[in-house]
Amino acid sequence: MFNANKPFSMHLNPDAFRPATEAEKEYISQMRPSSTFFKDGCKRLMKNKVATASLIIIIVVTLSSILLPLFWPYSYDAMLGVRPGKPADSSFNNLQPFTYGKTELKRIAAGEKVFPHIFGTDSHGRDYFIRVVYGTRISLAVGFFASIIVLIIGMTIGSIAGYFGGKVDIIIMRIVDMIYSLPDMLVIILLSVVLGRTLNVEGTIFAKIGSNVISMFIVFGLLYWVSMARLIRGQILSLREQEYVLSAQATGASGSWIIKKHLLPNCISVIIISTALQIPNAIFTESFLSFLGLGVNAPMPSLGSLASDALNGITSYTYRLVIPAVVICLIVLSLNLFGDGLRDAFDPKLNA
Amino acid sequence: MPENKTLLEVRNLKQYFDINMGFFRSKPLKAVDDVSFSIRKGETLGLVGESGCGKTTVGRSILHLYTPTGGQVIYDGQEIKSRESLREFRRKATMVFQDPYSSLNPRMTVSDIVAEPLDVHKLYKTKKEREDRVLELMGYVGLNSEHASRYAHEFSGGQRQRIGIARALAVNPEFIVCDEPVSALDVSIQAQVINMFDDLQDKLGLTYLFIAHDLLVVRHISDRIAVMYLGKMVELADAEEIYKHPLHPYSQSLLSAVPMPDPKTARANKRIVLTGDIPSPLNAPSGCPFRTRCRFATPACAESMPAFEEVSKDHFVACHRVKEIN
Repeated sequence: MFNANKPFSMHLNPDAFRPATEAEKEYISQMRPSSTFFKDGCKRLMKNKVATASLIIIIVVTLSSILLPLFWPYSYDAMLGVRPGKPADSSFNNLQPFTYGKTELKRIAAGEKVFPHIFGTDSHGRDYFIRVVYGTRISLAVGFFASIIVLIIGMTIGSIAGYFGGKVDIIIMRIVDMIYSLPDMLVIILLSVVLGRTLNVEGTIFAKIGSNVISMFIVFGLLYWVSMARLIRGQILSLREQEYVLSAQATGASGSWIIKKHLLPNCISVIIISTALQIPNAIFTESFLSFLGLGVNAPMPSLGSLASDALNGITSYTYRLVIPAVVICLIVLSLNLFGDGLRDAFDPKLNA
Repeated sequence: MPENKTLLEVRNLKQYFDINMGFFRSKPLKAVDDVSFSIRKGETLGLVGESGCGKTTVGRSILHLYTPTGGQVIYDGQEIKSRESLREFRRKATMVFQDPYSSLNPRMTVSDIVAEPLDVHKLYKTKKEREDRVLELMGYVGLNSEHASRYAHEFSGGQRQRIGIARALAVNPEFIVCDEPVSALDVSIQAQVINMFDDLQDKLGLTYLFIAHDLLVVRHISDRIAVMYLGKMVELADAEEIYKHPLHPYSQSLLSAVPMPDPKTARANKRIVLTGDIPSPLNAPSGCPFRTRCRFATPACAESMPAFEEVSKDHFVACHRVKEIN
């Protein structure tokens, strides 16, 4: 220690050895940043390469299905060969990938640039790529919203049954058992037939996607919440016995407070995981129904209806079946793998 | 110091649970059967007994965490019955739990845990007020301000128990049920926490119902001690009195089992070893519940339940033969 008064002295400045004040101690003591369960889970998720890759694929597919139609020069329902006031030009129908119709060839010859039909066109002369993009958009939207519906209904009913128990639980769970025993495909088909007649969606924003998709949402809302409700009820039944719930009851907290503040946050990992796994399930159901002709209304495409349409020309235009099928596989597979990754990262029982 | 005013009175408290025996048959489990006692303002009543005797159930029934099957809980001259009285009561009576690991929500920060009673009862107007109160409470129990934003799993058992105590203090209670608050902690931490309970009692004028099975801990903190056996109260007296002159044969054997730190007294102390296990409360013995393990049992003991009577001043015992055996 340098002493200004006696530069060559060996005396140490006693001022340097005073005990630190409380404020100084607090300044020096460093605490490890608090790590939450969620942060830990995200860290584990990022370490899982398969899940990360799946997440990237999901994000890319979702973003492109949302953004691409905004600046794509063709629209999903425009028949390129049909111009007002001119006879239909059949050269646009059934184009192979990266080929052009007659008028487009003329424009290319004149030195104009024409945006290529990456996947060709379909039998009505509509750009196939943008139809696939739109189909993906519809499929993703159906999967996402159906899962949200399932989540909300299942979470509410499951947590009520689990928390209040007793007679409430018995009644709700018997209803769940009854719904479980209904053949869901039959109900979907019946509902879409009935709703297609009775639901008047003309002139509303639902007109484009059609009554079939509405009925699909209704069916998801009516039928598919049961497994989510069962899952959450089971979780809450075990969490309810924890002492922190008892402590909240002792302070006089209401049932809804305890469910919101204590029970649901503690089964959030299960909720996230099963919702993530519900999305591919819904997409699959939608594709399947569209394939049967019970999905979205034409001309709106969905991946299932694209595949279904492609069946007519399966020998000459196989790629038209393969493309939507591959996209469905890609979405469903990556969502499933991502869901598995989520489970590995967030389910504390697995990484104990 | 205890005043001479009764704060809480429990009259003939009964808590039965229906046990499902399958096929719509059920049988009542008499966890607490006809227990009466009162607690004076500012005192600590220790409640002891072996596992499964209904100590915890008494504490929880008083706070109406289970709706009592029968009997009355009278707090400050008012019976706890209606929803309003219960709500009011829960602002004055709180609870500290046994297990510091499961009694704190792992998804909440310490400040949220401590402030939960404030949130439930809406006891603050501004965020600042809430925060100040949380820091004040954490100061009471010896936690630092930087602990407020952490999660419960980052703390040791003793610290967690302090958080639980801070939560119990949040509503400015008068009465706290301490349900084995130190039995999950190791001995050195037990001492800290017990001393903290003592200090808080002096500082805030609290009244405790202190449930425990560690008799030395109970002796240290309690003004009076109640002994329970199989859902019934068998003896109630001042702490010193019960340690010097236990009258009920069960209390006698319980106290003889207390480990003595001094080997001389330990050798002089004759243990009264009970034979057999505690009977299931599902089919409790007739008459006196303790008769199956009692050294002094006579056929008369099987006939009727002994009354809980005052034998000497402030010393209550439930035993038919209390006069003869002592």
